[in-house]
This record gives sequence, C-alpha cells and structure tokens, in this order.
Amino acid sequence: MSTLLDPAARLALQQHFRKPKLDSPFQPRLEELSLLQDWYDWAGYKAPMSLWDEELEYFAIRSQAAVFDISPMVKYRIEGSGAEAFLDRVMLRDVAKLRPGRVHYTAWCDDDGHVLDDGTLFRLSPTRFRLCCQERHLPWLLDSALGFDVTVEEETEAVAGLALQGPTSWSVLDAAGFDGAEALKPFDIATFPHEGGEVTVSRTGFTGDLGYELFVPVEQALSLWDRLFAAGALFGIRAIGYAALNRARIEAGLIVANADFVTAEHAIRADRVRMPDEIGLSFMVDMKKGHFNGRNAIVKARVAGGAPQVLVGLEIEGNVPAEHALVYHGKNREVGLVSGAIWSPLAKRNIAIASLRRAYGELGRDDLWVEIYAMRELQYQKMMKRAKVVARPFIKLERRMATPPGRF
Amino acid sequence: MSDFDAVVIGGGHNGLVCAAFLAKAGRKVVVLEAAGETGGGGHTREFAPDFRVSALAHIVNRLHPEVVRALELERHGLAASSVRQPASVALSAAGDPLVLEGAYGETLQGAAPAEQAAWTEVRAQLFRYAGILKPLLARRPPSLGGMALTEAAGLAMTGLSLKRLGREDMRDFLRVLLMNVADFADEGLSDPRLKGLLAFDAVLGSHMGPRSPTSLLGLYYRLTGEHAAVAGGQMIPAGGMAAVTGAIRKAAEAAGVTIRTAAEVSSIEARQGRATAAVLAGGERIAAGTIISAINPRTTFLDLVGPSHLDTGFVRRIGNIRMKGDAAKLHLALDRAPEFTGLPLDRRNARLVIAPSPDHVERAFNPAKYGEFSPEPVMEIVLPSINDPSLAPAGACVLSAVVQYAPYALKEGWQVGKPRFMEAILSVLEAHAPGIGRTIVHAELLTPADIEREFRMPGGHWHHGELQADQMLMSRPAFGAEGYDTPLDGLFLAGAGSHPGGGISGVPGMNAAKRVLGIRDR
Repeated sequence: MSTLLDPAARLALQQHFRKPKLDSPFQPRLEELSLLQDWYDWAGYKAPMSLWDEELEYFAIRSQAAVFDISPMVKYRIEGSGAEAFLDRVMLRDVAKLRPGRVHYTAWCDDDGHVLDDGTLFRLSPTRFRLCCQERHLPWLLDSALGFDVTVEEETEAVAGLALQGPTSWSVLDAAGFDGAEALKPFDIATFPHEGGEVTVSRTGFTGDLGYELFVPVEQALSLWDRLFAAGALFGIRAIGYAALNRARIEAGLIVANADFVTAEHAIRADRVRMPDEIGLSFMVDMKKGHFNGRNAIVKARVAGGAPQVLVGLEIEGNVPAEHALVYHGKNREVGLVSGAIWSPLAKRNIAIASLRRAYGELGRDDLWVEIYAMRELQYQKMMKRAKVVARPFIKLERRMATPPGRF
Repeated sequence: MSDFDAVVIGGGHNGLVCAAFLAKAGRKVVVLEAAGETGGGGHTREFAPDFRVSALAHIVNRLHPEVVRALELERHGLAASSVRQPASVALSAAGDPLVLEGAYGETLQGAAPAEQAAWTEVRAQLFRYAGILKPLLARRPPSLGGMALTEAAGLAMTGLSLKRLGREDMRDFLRVLLMNVADFADEGLSDPRLKGLLAFDAVLGSHMGPRSPTSLLGLYYRLTGEHAAVAGGQMIPAGGMAAVTGAIRKAAEAAGVTIRTAAEVSSIEARQGRATAAVLAGGERIAAGTIISAINPRTTFLDLVGPSHLDTGFVRRIGNIRMKGDAAKLHLALDRAPEFTGLPLDRRNARLVIAPSPDHVERAFNPAKYGEFSPEPVMEIVLPSINDPSLAPAGACVLSAVVQYAPYALKEGWQVGKPRFMEAILSVLEAHAPGIGRTIVHAELLTPADIEREFRMPGGHWHHGELQADQMLMSRPAFGAEGYDTPLDGLFLAGAGSHPGGGISGVPGMNAAKRVLGIRDR
C-alpha cells in the first residue's frame, strides 16, 4: 500500500466494533426463544445466561431434553501422523490409550505444572483430534508442535455445537432419525448423515445426565437445530442458558476453568495458579507414559509433600447457597473459599465446590464452617453454617451410563 | 552395564577439559567428536598447500589458570607461559599506528603524553572493575532459587570486593557497568585509535556496535581473561590453536579419557525425565549415568534430545536464544610477510587491529542490523607464521583475521555476498598494507554460514549464543538450563553456550565437571 487510506475507507474496513460480540451460528433461533434477553459473554460470543426461566431451564435438563449451544467453546483441529505423540506431550493423560471414536476429559499444564486449561479431547480418527476447551491456546499449541508431524488449527468459528442433555435426549435423537445412536456408550463418538453432510455425535456432556454433544459445520447449524426441535417436541425439548447448566454441572461435581480455578495464563497473582493435584485432577496425571509438559514440576511438588491446595465437594447445612463464601475451620481459622454453590434440587442438599488448604480437605473432614452473607432487603444476614467434605459428584444418575438408554 | 560413567558429546576444548577433570576424579569417560579430529573451533588446519592456520580461534587470552594447573597443560605441551606477550596494535592507514605494549597496553607507544596518562588511569579502572566481575565469570552462576551456601558465599565475596572499592569507586562501577563502550571511552580518552581498539574489542563476536547499550560488558569479558598470570595478557600459540587443544587432549588421554572421533551423536536418549544414552548416527548406543553435552545448547535440546522430552516453555526459550554470528574468519596464504604502513617490521608478531575509531566501528555495524555486511569492515589480524615459521613455506606468510560485520542472515545470501565481502576486506587490507593483494597465493573466507556448517555452530556464532547481559550468568543459555544443569536428570551442558561464554577458556567445561562431581567452588 503506497498511500494511507482515507478515514471513510479505513472505517469501512474496521466494522468489528459495531458488534463487539460474535453471534453464534444458532443466534436466530436463540433470539427467537429469548424472552429474558439475558446474555453474557462467552469467549467473545453473545451467549444466553437464561432464555425463559432459569429454574425451569434447569428442570428441562433433569426431566426432559435441554439444548445448550456450545458453539462458543474453543475448538482446535489437531491432525497428522504425529498428532498422538504431540498430544501425549501436551496433555496430562495418556493419549495413546484414547481409541479412535472415543472422547476423554483431560487437562494440560505449563512448565511449572500449573494448569493452563481443561477440556475434552475427541479422537475422530487415528490421526485426527478435536480439542474443546474454555480458553484460547493456539500459540501454546503451535509452539508445542515443534518437532512433531502435526497441524493445529482453530476451528471455533467453523464448527457449530449443541449439547442435548436430559433423560429424553436419546429419544429425541432416535425420533430425529439418528439410527444407531442407542449403541453409543458414554464417551463414544459416531457420525450420522445430515443434509448431505454429516453430524458428529458424542455421548458426552457437562450435566452428569444422559446426554450428547453434536457438531456440524456452521452452514448446517440451523437445519440441525430445526431437525432436533421438530423431533423433540413431544419429548419436551427446550433451549436453555448457562445459569441452568451451571446448576447441573455443580451437582455433577464438574469444574469450570476460571470459575473454580484460575488458569495459569490468566492468574496475575503468583499464588493463584493451580497444579492438577490442587483441583482434583490427579487422576489424569499419567506418570507411566513419556514426558509431558509440567511433569518435572509435578513430580517435584509431590516429592516435596504435595501442592498446598485441594479442591473438594462440600455439603453445607441449611438451604442458602454459599456462593463465594469463606470457609473456616473451627469457626475462626480461614482455610478456603467456595467457588460454586447451589441448593441441589436433585440431591436435596446444599452443596458447594470449594478450594481448601490441603490439611483441611480430606474426605469427611468436619468442624468446617462456611460464612454466608445473604442480602436481605439491603441488609446482610450473616450465617455461619456447618460444612463437611463429601465426595463428588453430588448426584449419580444411572441413566447417564445406561446403554442403550431408556426410551420415553 | 555401560563401559562408561560419563559420555561427553563434543570434542571441542570445553568437552576435552570437562572429560579430563572427570577422569582425574576417577570417572570413566568417553568423548564423542563428530569431526575427524578434536579441537572444535580450536584446531589448526592446512588451508593451502603447506600453509597452516588456527581454523577459528587464533588468540589465547582467557585460558583459565586453574585449567592449566589442574590439567598440567604445560607438561602436556602447552607453550611455556614465559613467552613474551605480544603487543596489540591499532593500525592506521595514515601510517601512525598506536602500540599497546605489554598486557593490554601497560604502556602506549605513539600516543601523546597526556593520552598516555589518561590511559593509565582508565586502564587501571577497567582492570579494577573487571576484577570484580572475574570471580563471577569463573564459578558457577548464582541461581535465583535455592542457592547453596557456598554459592551465596561466593556472591557475597563479590559484594565484599565491591565494598573494598570504596564508596566513590563502587558508585562508578555500578554507573558504568551497563554503559556502552563508546561513551565510556569518550569520558576518559581522546585518541580515536585507542578508543577504536577498545570499541572493537568490546564488540568482537557480538551483534553490537560500540554505541549499543551494555557494549562495555564485552570489554570487561575480555579483560577478565588472563595469560601467564597477567590480567589482559594474550598469546598467539605456536603451532596454531591445535597446540592448545592438543595439550588438553593429551591431558585428557593421560587421565584415561577415551576419545572417539568421527563419532557423530544423532540423539540423546531420554526416559522418564532422565538422559540415559548417546546414540551415534550409525545407531550405536552408548549408555552412561551422566551425559554431558559440550556442543551448542540449541542443537543439544532441539535436535539431540528433541522437544518431546522437554516442556514447551523451555523449548520456546531455547529456540529464542539469540545466536546469529557477525564474525567472519579470513585466511590468507601470502608469498611474503606483509608490510603495514608505519608498522615497524619487528611488530608484526603483534595482534593488529583495524578499527580507526569508535565511529568507524559503529558505521561498520550499522548495515549488519539490516542484513548487510560492512562495506569497510573492522578486523583483528595476526601473522602466526612470524613467530612459528613452520606454519608457512620458507619466506611465505600466513595471515589470520577475524572480520566484522558479516551478518549470518545476509540479505543477499552468502553465495552472492561472499566474493563481494572478500573484496571489501581486501580493499581495507590494501589500504593498510599496500601491495598485499599481489602477494596472495590463496585466500579463504569463512562466513558465519561456513562456520555454522564446518564447526557445527548454529548461526556461526562462536559463543554459541550472543554474549550480552540478557544471556549471561543465570540466563545463559536460558532459564532451565543454567548452571550446567538441564531439565533432564543426568544431562549436563559444558560448552561455550553455558556460563560464562566462549573463547578458549575451559571454564564451562571445568565448571560442568565440578557440577557433575558435586565439587563446590572455592
């Protein structure tokens, strides 16, 4: 370019600020259903916090079939003869054990063994993977690719995703003509024809319930939506927002990056980063496989007596959610913080996910107290509620695992 | 079980020193050298029929006395230390060279009396300050986390010697520490020839001009070296640099080290975070509890170990080590000894520097920033056959020069650029030694690209990584591999890419051996 653009031409080239949030490929359908117009920012996308009624949206997950738009989830396409070795070096779990057509939940660390993110890894073929996660990691993944025969591309904006969760979710798929979906076991992947292309369906989700996740090229997003909603009408299919999903995931004991722990690249304060052992991900750390990022640091921390924090499930007396409450031992020694809490309609318990100092985090630990401040008409009502460490998940649903799933 | 306790990869002088120290401590050691002979950048080769020259390094000015003593190098053939120190001469096309007599200019010849007096003061100051840095550059670098007591004590000693300077001198030491050499020289000196020589010495082997911030560190680095117990001393070794590395090799062999040449290591085998063996290009596997890499750190980690055994952040740091050389090496076979304008014939045994002023050096550097060579390069010349006639046929002469700036990543490419750069060098030489062009029997120019290929030095960088403040001490070669340790248990570094840096010093090799043996520094 030899001359500067005039201001009008410059403006024409930079329209991004007029719409600071990206639309999901399902935006037309979501807008139609959004009675509340309650939106939040999910990784740069305009996403529904709640569409019509948070409470009823939650019950759609537990009693019907709930549709949650997961298109904003960050997605990477990882492909090549060295993809498995590459991912084995990046991820905590042994990727060689992940068979084609399977998904596993995994996490990855920086050199210091601090968790960069967690996510689901889909093995679509022996040499092709899809990584779904909360944060963006392209520079990290590309720099990690040095020396491996692999390509890494972000496909967030090219692939639309829907989570279909709840007891009637398989019935919806079945009615929509996804023949053979009943054979999918938890964490299985299969493809089904759709509009001349195909939809990738995995039996996965973030609710602890029976459920599936469906991925299609964005061009086929709306037709997929319409296919599910047409078939699901009699099965109570409903679109939901994040608030309802958040309740379900707390019941399932699942953690969210940058909600229940601060990811290594987001943490500003040196003590806020977390190792896998500190956020309940020890089971992922595979010391038997070859080297992976953060291995040395994790070994070192374990040898030195373990990382200082631990992530636990808490059961708290009463029915007031203890969101972001301080946790005490013996009512006076501060030992941690609640990161997510709800009254669980399914467990009929007041539950929470909390990070505690390791010494106070073993199962069954009691004499723990949670300090809840409830705002009651412009006055805080302060409550000290007894809490104890309990196992996660807080709920276990047989239908989550049953194959074939039950028909409605 | 393995036949060896330790495998040293790379038979350059640091690899040999390291191996010799380990063997003297009773370890069974094998050195694996990819080339046909040991010595690395410190060997002597015949570049034209009956003309021999130091292939890369051609002056000894920082071989550590502990290396000489502990390995008994003089017994193994290192030239006796009593040899008179050659002078350094700032050549002048106009015919009035400046001679720095003795160890780095104990006296000046050819300078005004006022400049002589000023230089005496500046020189004393330079050596005083270099003396503070000297112990830091001799021992293992201080580590930021978990410093051992002895290390902390060593650092405290540096603090103490700082205190001994006195308040005013200490203040000035800290003030000038990160200055550029041009400004520093301007403060105390006025003779452009002298300042030009200081400027040249400060930036020799670096991607810097005299006005680049911190360039004075390069001069300190030079002045922390010593020869024959004289700080700032130097020697042009008879027989070329192979005489020096040969003595080290003999010491190593006398200590029981096995040396294998033409044994190129293609990978370092690692299992569960531990280096277990060196694997040769032919597939032969040599296992040992300790693997020491005395070659380039980037080659070591990215090519031999491979990223799959390392963390991504560490690989990033290794990949980001700046190591693009700017120094070329010129070898001329001359049918007679050249005559430099104004230089007495008996001074031709000196180190001859063409760097008329700091401005001239700076201007030579400018194009290098943009991938072009200096149209009027600066250089350091020695005529090794003057002292050792065996290096050339009777009556003939060898000229060896280090020439700057020849940026590794030359925009036009060295294929095209090399003959043009040669022309530029010869025209500078012709200006200082009229008629020299007609006496050339054979000429050889090694650009950084050639040096990279022939000596396995990535970027053609002698120091195996820029020797600037951000890549020194505990940041050398990069965090995670400092202090001769590596992220892999059982793998150590021992080359110039590690602290303190390049030059024929033996310090990285010696310190690495001490680290392996767990011997604490004094």
